[in-house]
Amino acid sequence: MSVKRDSFSVSITVGAYGSAFGAAAVAADFSVLQACLLSLLLFSGASQFAVVGVIAAGGTPINAIATSTLLGTRNGLYGLRLAPLLKLRGWKRVLAAQITIDESIGVALAQKDEAQMRKGFWYTGFGVFIFWNLFTLAGALGAQSIGDPSAWGLDAAVPAAFLGLLWPRLSDRKSWVLAGFAILLALSLTPFVPAGVPIISCTALAIIIGWRK
Amino acid sequence: MSTFWIAVIGSSALAFVIKFVGASVPETFLSNPRILRINTFIPVALLTALIAVNTFADKTKLVLDHRALGIAAAVTLLIAKAPFPVVVLGAALTSALAYRYI
Repeated sequence: MSVKRDSFSVSITVGAYGSAFGAAAVAADFSVLQACLLSLLLFSGASQFAVVGVIAAGGTPINAIATSTLLGTRNGLYGLRLAPLLKLRGWKRVLAAQITIDESIGVALAQKDEAQMRKGFWYTGFGVFIFWNLFTLAGALGAQSIGDPSAWGLDAAVPAAFLGLLWPRLSDRKSWVLAGFAILLALSLTPFVPAGVPIISCTALAIIIGWRK
Repeated sequence: MSTFWIAVIGSSALAFVIKFVGASVPETFLSNPRILRINTFIPVALLTALIAVNTFADKTKLVLDHRALGIAAAVTLLIAKAPFPVVVLGAALTSALAYRYI
């Protein structure tokens, strides 16, 4: 019972965030169809916002793809952790891969036994998928029907959405130090290199900080 | 093909490849502690850079405008433990008001 309740509450709360994504994408000149395809096919919040954020900042598509992909690497590591638990083959593995995201793994790992963990993964994965996509469409249509995105604060909604995704990750001192340096590096590079490059350059900082324990 | 379509299709395809490979390969070098640590830091570095650039840059120029006030509102709301949708709405509202009146 409680695994269902956990899954549902996570799905609806996170799903609602999809409206911010849909609106942000349209404000950055993506079409409603493109916004919806990102939610259906890419389906990983931070990576989706990254595609929109890099393009909105004037970056190239290659840069957007690279930034989004680097943000998605953790989903691969989640899959690695889940595989022995789910033990899936064929099309079920394809489905499970698509819904391997922060939330499905988070709810799964919070459960006590393996049967509950599997339920938590599937319920949350599908739940977030459904609500995230519905809300993306709503947000995209909403943003399409309004005029100047700045007049509605949509240009600030993008960095605010990133901040909401970042905040729970600032759990230790190293992360705060890294965040501080990332701001300095990204902004000091901005006037000198093509748009989008300052963002992906900060990967180097993650490698430096993570190199030693 | 337009910039937008390349970004949409390319990022979606690679996102799925990563998810599927993770679910399919045996635990090898990927479970090396150094790789795991770097992997947890990558989102922190990239999300922070995205916030900085989307708040203080206009293409390749540094600017201080209504978006900075929006982000200040978001930080305040996060410190006050507001739920995420409230944070985003608060930032948007603050930025919109600043854009209109300042």
